[in-house]
Amino acid sequence: MPPPHGGKLVDRTLTGADLDDAVKRSKSLERLTVSTEMAQEVENIATGVYSPLTGFMGPAELDSVVETMRLPDDTPWTLPVLLDLEESARIEPGREIALVETAAGADGRPFALMEVEELFTFDREHAASLVFGTTEEAHPGVAAMMAMKPVMAGGPIRLLERRPSEFSAYNLTPLETRVLFREKGWRRVVGFQTRNVPHLGHEYVQKTALTFADGVFINPVIGKKKKGDFTDEVILETCRALAEHYYLKERAVIAILSYQMRYAGPREAIFHAIVRKNFGCTHFIVGRDHAGVGSYYGPFEAQQIFDRFPDLGITPVFFNTFAWCTKCGGVVNEKTCPHEGPERMDFSGTRIRELLLAGQVPPPELMRPEVAQVILASSNPFVE
Amino acid sequence: MEGKKEEARYTSVSLPTPLFEKIKERIEGTGFTSVSSYVVYVLREVLSKEAEEKSEPFTREDEERVKDRLRALGYLD
Repeated sequence: MPPPHGGKLVDRTLTGADLDDAVKRSKSLERLTVSTEMAQEVENIATGVYSPLTGFMGPAELDSVVETMRLPDDTPWTLPVLLDLEESARIEPGREIALVETAAGADGRPFALMEVEELFTFDREHAASLVFGTTEEAHPGVAAMMAMKPVMAGGPIRLLERRPSEFSAYNLTPLETRVLFREKGWRRVVGFQTRNVPHLGHEYVQKTALTFADGVFINPVIGKKKKGDFTDEVILETCRALAEHYYLKERAVIAILSYQMRYAGPREAIFHAIVRKNFGCTHFIVGRDHAGVGSYYGPFEAQQIFDRFPDLGITPVFFNTFAWCTKCGGVVNEKTCPHEGPERMDFSGTRIRELLLAGQVPPPELMRPEVAQVILASSNPFVE
Repeated sequence: MEGKKEEARYTSVSLPTPLFEKIKERIEGTGFTSVSSYVVYVLREVLSKEAEEKSEPFTREDEERVKDRLRALGYLD
């Protein structure tokens, strides 16, 4: 199993007397209300998903990440992790603050503490051009960066308690997945990232990887999505249905990643790999246009960028194009099938979606019936 | 300003001239644009391999506590 990224699995979760003290202290601290997405970031830092980060980035870390795709100590890191706040927030450097989640249903109690080390601003246009390769606000990652509140706060965080979630039973920490993989005797673990419902192409990719690996870690992204995307519930349930009916129980683990996509293409592919390395994966599947959006990135840019990181500590597994071939009678890729034209049926997400919207079960060459049934049984499988 | 920032990010190391020349020859026609970029690449690779040899980042107590939760969630029998 690879060591955690940066060499140490971060755990910023308070327990025992430290927790009691912090809870007492939190009552008199200045409070900062954060969104659900920001609260997820805090949990990801605290539980080691973002190891070696121990808090939100300061200006030196941000500058290093934006300019060099590395932290100041040379550890690969490609995306900013920032906490933004209003100028009117009564937050000062050198002070500890309490973080409170704003979401409906949140109980108003602080869930984390932060030692604010620095307050700063940054050149968003310059950062966007390097991180996303564009400054167009039509790009959702750029739009999100431009819409951030005016001031950033950098500094370490401590988690008081994990927030309740309807997906808690699937929300494993890197420590938990590492222990789990070891208990299962998995030495080679392939991580699979998804933000979609699985079709036969996804299954093919995972099972092809399983021919050399001991286990597959199916890690759907749960969090804010674009209108028209499948809902978190449907994504998770379809992954479960596929695994239940078509995978060996001892060879597949499903757990969620609470995370908001940045759509940063190549840079985000590296980031996704780092996160799965922290979960204990030795390999990570990178498909065509991984983490891309629109036509901002070339189809293989997210694969080519791995050449620049010999020290990533997790091996990418690249898949390009695959389809169902009627002549071969199975899922094929460009290396395994000589046929072209009408014999090839592409795994078109648009076509599958159209069929499902019409209440039809996609053909079994595209999607397993058990997966389709989960989607069709949902009163609204899409984000509104 | 930008130049100073770049200076702070890099430092010099001495290589024997024949080795420098060998590397220069070796990187011709590759994606490496300079001897420095090649040396940086190789050193990063070597150092990360060494890091992989370290042991698990959790204690036996951690492990037992975690196993209980994994059993409760159905991940372990």
